[in-house]
Amino acid sequence: MSSEPLLSVRNLGKKFGGVLALSGVSLDVFKGDIVGIIGPNGSGKTTLVNAITGFIQADTGAVQFKGKDITNWKPHKIAALGLTRTFQVMRPYFSLPAYKNLIVPLFSPRARKTGGWRGGGKMGSRDTVAVDILEEIGFERDSYVPFKLASSLPTGYLKRLELARCLALRPEVIICDEVLSGLSMSEMASMVPLVEKLQMEGITLIMVEHRLRELFRLAGRVIVLNFGCKIAEGTSEEVMEYPEVKQAYFGSEEVYDYV
Amino acid sequence: MSSSKGDRRKERIDRGIKVRSDSVYAISSWKEITYLIAPRLVLILGLALAPLVLSAAPYWQRVVSIICVYSLLAMGFDFLANYVGLVSLGGGFYVGIGAYAAALLNTHFGLPPMITIPMATLLGAIICTVLFLPCLPLRGVYFAIVSLMYPLIAARIVEALDIFGGTDGILGVDGFSNVWIEQYFLVLCVLVMVFALRRLVEEDIGLVFRGVKDNDQAVKASGININQYKAFGVFIASALGCLGGACLTHMYMWAGLSQFALDFSIIPIAATVVGGGGTLVGPVLGCLILVPVSELLRDFGSLRIAVYSIVLTGFIVFKSEGIMIYAARKYEQFERWVEI
Amino acid sequence: MDIIIYGIINSVSLALMAVGFTLVYGVSRLPNFAHGALYILTGYLTWILMNRVGLNYVFSAIIALGLIGLIGAAMYQLVLIRVRGMPISEIIASYAIGLAILEGLRWGGLKGGTFRLPPFVEGSVTVLGVSVDFQRIFVVILGATLMGALWLFVNNTKLGLALKGMAQDERAALTLGIDSDRMAVTATAIGSMLAGAAAIILLPLGSIAVESGYHVLIMAVAVCIVGGLGSWTGAVLAAFIIGFAQILSVVYFGAHYQAVVALLAIVITLICRPSGLFGRQKELEERV
Repeated sequence: MSSEPLLSVRNLGKKFGGVLALSGVSLDVFKGDIVGIIGPNGSGKTTLVNAITGFIQADTGAVQFKGKDITNWKPHKIAALGLTRTFQVMRPYFSLPAYKNLIVPLFSPRARKTGGWRGGGKMGSRDTVAVDILEEIGFERDSYVPFKLASSLPTGYLKRLELARCLALRPEVIICDEVLSGLSMSEMASMVPLVEKLQMEGITLIMVEHRLRELFRLAGRVIVLNFGCKIAEGTSEEVMEYPEVKQAYFGSEEVYDYV
Repeated sequence: MSSSKGDRRKERIDRGIKVRSDSVYAISSWKEITYLIAPRLVLILGLALAPLVLSAAPYWQRVVSIICVYSLLAMGFDFLANYVGLVSLGGGFYVGIGAYAAALLNTHFGLPPMITIPMATLLGAIICTVLFLPCLPLRGVYFAIVSLMYPLIAARIVEALDIFGGTDGILGVDGFSNVWIEQYFLVLCVLVMVFALRRLVEEDIGLVFRGVKDNDQAVKASGININQYKAFGVFIASALGCLGGACLTHMYMWAGLSQFALDFSIIPIAATVVGGGGTLVGPVLGCLILVPVSELLRDFGSLRIAVYSIVLTGFIVFKSEGIMIYAARKYEQFERWVEI
Repeated sequence: MDIIIYGIINSVSLALMAVGFTLVYGVSRLPNFAHGALYILTGYLTWILMNRVGLNYVFSAIIALGLIGLIGAAMYQLVLIRVRGMPISEIIASYAIGLAILEGLRWGGLKGGTFRLPPFVEGSVTVLGVSVDFQRIFVVILGATLMGALWLFVNNTKLGLALKGMAQDERAALTLGIDSDRMAVTATAIGSMLAGAAAIILLPLGSIAVESGYHVLIMAVAVCIVGGLGSWTGAVLAAFIIGFAQILSVVYFGAHYQAVVALLAIVITLICRPSGLFGRQKELEERV
């Protein structure tokens, strides 16, 4: 673990009308980490992601990435720097086949400079790289899944397509907004090793999740939000010991039934 | 899609020849080459022969040019609406800018049409793109509303400030040196643009455009500046419009307020909807149908816009796929009823 | 003093033009591009009823209003409901209907000058040293009354509350037993009648001409964008801003710049505050 955090969020705050969606949230992410962000519905998880990645303008606070102040930059500039995200509501480019969905990130200035996923764009055509990425994350080439229209794919594939779209960019940090939610047990089982593999390759992940069991297995550190505030931070075991967490997140002592 | 009658349903199956000819194997037999080329050949030969065939009737020969101008506009609309996701209701603005640019270049600097047209196209497109820059972040309805106002207000400004000849327009613009040059120049423009645009949208950059239309958030998250692409889209569409406008000026040897008029905004939209949006050929087909109808109705003045509008409403509500998509389906697929 | 009085008159006129548009958009999310056409059509119907059928002014106006409500409802029920939820098709279809009406009327012989509605009361009066004709005073009084009545209607009647509920959240309204399709039809009918009412109040100031149909549409749209689409308070406020800006531009720059003011207002609004003066955050996300 290097001493300088890769991504550091200081005191981020955001108001919607009169509602305080985010108040003074700070967190540090180091290279190679998997950080989990959990919290009940409406606790500001997605707002936090939006504010970090520039999709909404934060009212207060600052975001630093790779030593640069990226507070309230435009999303595309943040992504070009290597910090990208998936979306909770999956909206692939429906009118295109799955692998063509990846052409867009592969065509972006960043991917053209770095060669995209594992630098493959410098050697092969973008189409080939796109199919390679999809195969890597579980689109079976033999059954022609990568070539099917995105609109005809089931949820599990769409979630992975979201992730693939990020990977194509060859990012340093990916913020995954609920990539595990809504997956079947078997899909989940294949997703977990995939995430571990990405970590091995040096990609830093921030995972916003509802599924605690898998998240606790993956994440080295967990941050708990409630009502827009950070109420706990630590390893999964530590976090569960906070009384506020039990109270806010589960409302009772039945925590371990979930986990 | 399939209308059910009792316990039957309609089944659509790609013809074997389509499945094979979608890839490079098409060159394996004459039959498949013909299958691929025939529709394109019909379009090319049809447009190329039209001026010759109609040379007996000079009035209708002129109509071919007008069809071409509208086709350019309609293609621009189709491209912008169905590939970039910006619905521009103000096509007249592009035409007007192109027309005035060509007329000014011609009358002030004495440049011949073959130079003013490319210059007006480029210059006009730049002007239009710059003027549309503030509106580019807008989506859907909002862009449509604002784009609708551009031609109306441009006409008002020209009228009010009495610039560029005011309500009289700019007179004394040179015409094309002869009618054949005019016709074939326009036909060539349309054909080149149809095939170029169809190629463009299949290229990687075209996929980015389609990405902007389908889900601009994800495009942003991929590190791409969507406004840049939208501006580029507007540039292409307005270049097509300005090209049409510039040709129009030299055809009528005049540039005036009527080039900001509704005809140029509504007919391309109607042609796109009727012909089949998203095909880029459909709009040309739509113009081939609608513009002659418009000429027949010329004596009835503004009735023709009313007729268009009704046709347009009918198509958009009841047959929104348009002729081209329907025809392509018939050409490429079997349809049969199956018992279930 | 001129500026204040004529500014108020102009602003109320703009608010009248826009209120129907913003109501329809607020409730059914339909940008009713046939708004200007309905406006002119009401004037034309009133004129026909007065001069061809021979009814008196009040009756013709009331019947014309009823008819325009029916036409608006029919337009929605027969055509626009089929493209509901497809914004682009909605715009094109309603714009096309509006064009068909306006250009049809033009072809039918509607030209400026010959078709006029008489003012309610002839003559003029001097207010604070400025001579104003009675019709303009009526515009302000009736305009204010209409807005007030509309406000009461929306906040105090069952139907009004249903409309308001739908404007805020259509799905929630559905679960509360509000038939959203019927409400959308109702809203379109009411919106059409508001366009009609604006026509009856404003048209005596000029003549019934196709061009003013487009003008009304542009102004309604401008006011709604500046105010934030679907927001009534915003629309009224925007009407006053644009109204006064126009009068000021006429006084200081000349009458030509009136149209430019509207566009400028839109462009500035869109750049500085894309959701409009009173737009909500949710809309901002839809727009940008």
